[in-house]
Amino acid sequence: MKTVTAQQITDTVARLCIRANRELPRDVAQALAEARSREPWPLAQNTLSLLQENLSVASQSCLPICQDTGMACVFVELGTDVHIQGDFEQAIHEGVRQGYTQGYLRKSMVADPLRRGNTGDNTPAAITVHLTAGETCRITVAPKGFGSENMSRLAMLKPADGVEGFKKFVVDTVRAAGPNPCPPVILGIGVGGSFDKVACLAKKALLRPLDTPNPDPYYAALERELLAEVNALGIGPQGFGGKTTCLGLAIESMPTHVAGLPVAVNVSCHVTRRATEEI
Amino acid sequence: MEHKITVPCAAADLAALRAGDTVLLSGTVYTARDQAHIRMTQALDAGESLPFPIEGSAIYYVGPTPEQPGQIIGAAGPTTSCRMDGFSPRLLRLGNRVMIGKGERSEEVKQAVAETGSVYLAALGGAGALMARCIQSVETVAWEDLGCEAVRKLRVENMPLTVILDAHGGDLYRQGPANYLRENEHKI
Repeated sequence: MKTVTAQQITDTVARLCIRANRELPRDVAQALAEARSREPWPLAQNTLSLLQENLSVASQSCLPICQDTGMACVFVELGTDVHIQGDFEQAIHEGVRQGYTQGYLRKSMVADPLRRGNTGDNTPAAITVHLTAGETCRITVAPKGFGSENMSRLAMLKPADGVEGFKKFVVDTVRAAGPNPCPPVILGIGVGGSFDKVACLAKKALLRPLDTPNPDPYYAALERELLAEVNALGIGPQGFGGKTTCLGLAIESMPTHVAGLPVAVNVSCHVTRRATEEI
Repeated sequence: MEHKITVPCAAADLAALRAGDTVLLSGTVYTARDQAHIRMTQALDAGESLPFPIEGSAIYYVGPTPEQPGQIIGAAGPTTSCRMDGFSPRLLRLGNRVMIGKGERSEEVKQAVAETGSVYLAALGGAGALMARCIQSVETVAWEDLGCEAVRKLRVENMPLTVILDAHGGDLYRQGPANYLRENEHKI
């Protein structure tokens, strides 16, 4: 049994909020660089170069990469042999409060979806906990901007729609989003499960590094195929036209009901942020 | 083609711009996004004046991050413009000439752009740090209670923008992808 204190959790979350907003994950920065080298369209080349320059400016001047520093989505893989001393969820919210205040990040959360009213400190966090075996407490902060979140979609397809229906829904989602989610986009795709589970799968897919394909060869092939189809749309960086519409996508699946084929597409942008630490 | 434009400006200054052109914008730009647009509309409905001179103005849809000590503004990239679609035609008809944001606009906005000789320019979405570098000074002019959504007066220099909607019906979000796909088909 290992003990983790609320203070340790708060400090870690605060640090991760700041780091995630200033430094892009290695795989995302690399995908952007590779896309730039493959892009044949001049306006798109120029746009991708500027997006790369933005990453350097952010890191040099300690500025957030994007002004939408997001909703603080916090994912915790918690070992069942870990004892938390103090209030676990409050410790995470406090970490977000401190990180967003001390890091000069934007406070984008409103207390109520209909009555609005900014909470002033970007709390509450959106917390997802996954229990694992052992003594590890692994925390990932993945701030999510809403320009892209707003373009996400979910559909309960018919089983007869099959893989073609699934692919069409994903491609149609990117086409409908057009320039709004700040392309080049990154897609987290969920398929299977139930109405709620499929959305969680899509969100989880965004946490997988872009250079790690689905371990199931069937889904790995589907990921490659879908990426090529999405990039054939010609939307291009920022919607100005070009080859690079999507930097990468991941599919997560789970068993589903005999009568259903749920699909969810969580749209994210070229500033897909995530930072992880283990306690 | 690249143009240097100084705002505030008249429709005549924007007539040469075409969808896909690059603009280096300098001068005075006012920030306003969702809540500020609601309040501007309420002010107009109540017969009150707007918090800045609308004639020839440039409005930037942005909610920046807070400035750090020694900096004048935080990251300041554009937000999605379509949320302002319901308000923009009225502001354009009152004299607003340049809108800066990112993403699609409604048919009503496109019509008002052509009718008034205005333009809709895109800033780089997700490039908040880069956009901040072009901002020379910041002054809050109204509705400080809105936090990042308050109306601010920015002095900008050579802000790199791309013409999306020009005054002649051009639309880069239609033409850009179509041109790329056409060229690409030729190559295949």
